[in-house]
Amino acid sequence: MIGPLGKDLLGLAPLSAEQIRLVLDTAVPFREISERQIKKVPTLRGMTIVNLFFEASTRTRISFEFAEKRLSADTVNVAVAGSSVSKGETLVDTARNLEAMKIDMVVIRHPASGAAQFLAERIESNVINAGDGTNEHPTQGLLDLLTLRDRFGDLTGRRICIVGDVLHSRVARSNIWGLTKLGAEVAVCGPRSLLPNAIGEMGVTVFDRVEAAIEWADALNVLRLQLERMEAGYIPSLREYNRVFGITRARLERAPRDLCILHPGPMNRGVEIDSDVADGPHSVILHQVTNGVAVRMAVLYLLAGGKPELAEAAKKGAS
Amino acid sequence: MSRDVQRDVLLKGGRIVDPSQGMDTVGDVLLRGGLVESCGAVVAAPDGADVIDCAGLIVSPGFIDVHVHLREPGREDVETVATGAHAAVAGGFTGLCAMPNTKPVTDNQATVGFVKRRGEDAGYARVYPYGAISVSQKGDTLAEMGEMVAAGAVAFTDDGRPVESAHMMRTALEYARAFNVPVAEHCEDMSLARGGAMNEGVVSARLGLKGIPAEAEEIYVIRDILLARRTGGHIHLCHLSTKGSVELVRWGKERGINVTAEVCSHHISLTEDAVEGYNTNAKMNPPLRTAVDVQALQQGLADGTIDLLVTDHAPHHYDEKEREFADAPNGIVGLETALGVNCTYLLHRGVLSLAQMIDAMSCKPARVFHLPGGSLARGQVGDVTIFDPSRAWTVDASRFKSKGRNTPYGGHALTGQARITLVGGRVVYRATD
Repeated sequence: MIGPLGKDLLGLAPLSAEQIRLVLDTAVPFREISERQIKKVPTLRGMTIVNLFFEASTRTRISFEFAEKRLSADTVNVAVAGSSVSKGETLVDTARNLEAMKIDMVVIRHPASGAAQFLAERIESNVINAGDGTNEHPTQGLLDLLTLRDRFGDLTGRRICIVGDVLHSRVARSNIWGLTKLGAEVAVCGPRSLLPNAIGEMGVTVFDRVEAAIEWADALNVLRLQLERMEAGYIPSLREYNRVFGITRARLERAPRDLCILHPGPMNRGVEIDSDVADGPHSVILHQVTNGVAVRMAVLYLLAGGKPELAEAAKKGAS
Repeated sequence: MSRDVQRDVLLKGGRIVDPSQGMDTVGDVLLRGGLVESCGAVVAAPDGADVIDCAGLIVSPGFIDVHVHLREPGREDVETVATGAHAAVAGGFTGLCAMPNTKPVTDNQATVGFVKRRGEDAGYARVYPYGAISVSQKGDTLAEMGEMVAAGAVAFTDDGRPVESAHMMRTALEYARAFNVPVAEHCEDMSLARGGAMNEGVVSARLGLKGIPAEAEEIYVIRDILLARRTGGHIHLCHLSTKGSVELVRWGKERGINVTAEVCSHHISLTEDAVEGYNTNAKMNPPLRTAVDVQALQQGLADGTIDLLVTDHAPHHYDEKEREFADAPNGIVGLETALGVNCTYLLHRGVLSLAQMIDAMSCKPARVFHLPGGSLARGQVGDVTIFDPSRAWTVDASRFKSKGRNTPYGGHALTGQARITLVGGRVVYRATD
């Protein structure tokens, strides 16, 4: 079925500003469903959805599963260890097998950039990218946008800085596309060894020092710094990373305005973000998680061909 | 084929363009006993000769592609010497150099002899085996170059991977001097390139793919030029892809260092933008670069800094390319599209003259690699490419003679096509449409 987003959600790069706003607007009524005692509407009853995860993920998979179940879809979780062909079936064979079982949608998480598009081009089912390599993680980008919109209203001219390992981050790319399309100003900050060489050509400002980023920004999206980056020699140590790039209360206290702090999780407390920031008044991190379920419900609904105004009706009909 | 039964062939009335003789004239070429009997003058057909009407076509010394992967021995499901040599003549090539990264590696006289004999048995393009520089291309032990030369090897390379040890490359350049053969390098600093899937730049940043910086190539280009200066050996640099590499080769040639270089047809025609959409048929090593690099490579060809045009023909099974981009193998087929691409992007855009293009595809490969052919002068081998530079066609990979279908040019409109190919005075390919 083809809805207002097209067949698939592969990233925010291919979406228009109107399509992004549509998802965010649709998510708002769905958020209320999660606040009820009976958190279920029949919207996707009879639809079969496969959550196909080639990478370990707790948060994203659970968030999708809640979204699917609250819309009454039938879901199956498939966890595939390792994606390398040498370890077993190819991605295209996996996809064809799934499709032969007559499924409606696939939510895919995969370590290779472009894997979601690869799948989408080869099966008729709707494909939702739940993170492909270092390309995009569109539902994370959308939930970040919704969270920022809840805080700021219109994002035009708002200044958002993405802090940390942009080079290896699919969240960063989805944020850059989504924020730019909604009119925000986007910057990145981190050690140059963890920023793409050509990042400036993507239309973002680059800050070498986190103090400068904090002075400039209205909000910071703090990325997870993985231990492997230290082991691969991108940075000297996690300790030094915290000293130079960590988001600490002391640094935030010197900011000229109250910053909104986002983090896609899971957090390394004491590395990229200190606990008193993560748990403090600037943090909207748990609000992001709540919005994550709502945004994913909206995406599932819109891909299934749902009309935006019906989201409201679905909500009313079930109450 | 014994000479006394081979019929004379008269190529009648074509435009003969042979840079080796400074010739560009409408006339005839007579082939007798597998050799060129006369070239240029209008002659009467000898009794019993086959006469081929070449009016309106270019008659050129046969093209030679010094960079081809034939996959045999080891991956005969992907390509064999015979299918590759057949694809070559269909693309207008009368000779090719076969890369040694086969399974097993062509690093000894027996395998060199096997590849050479397979080529002779096939009877299409002449197949000149490359030998590996090091045993199993591992970079540890020098392979037995002398024996391989005796068995038919025409050059040495560990192509597919670089010779990481500068000492090993120095030794190879020194040792190969005794046999007067080039040592060819796949320039890639693996500590910079490992895990990379495309050019490092704005497109890789956007697509979230690990990039291979230009410097990974250029560091080896200058290293090897300096080693050639030290040793006096002949370094041939494979498939150069960056502006910086062109500048470094120019630096080396200006100083009289014995360096030659080649460029692939895809690197003078496509940019990294072809990767958009995670197109695995635009994945090769070295990767497609930027428009600035394409322009510098074209300029390098025009001014002679880059000597040769090659294909780096690298067939893969279709389901090996039907894969996530980062996991897909590098390489594309090129033998059957190269002439069309070179005509379209170099000749018709005024980058190269017809004589320059033929020089880079025929005369210079023969000269640089000390191979027969590359000339239609009397007494030379009767290897001839007859082509129509103005013929428009659309690439249809399903019609390739190669087993490989992995081309980024599928559906592309090209102008320029081989019509008839002769090897040793015999027609080995004739276009049927």
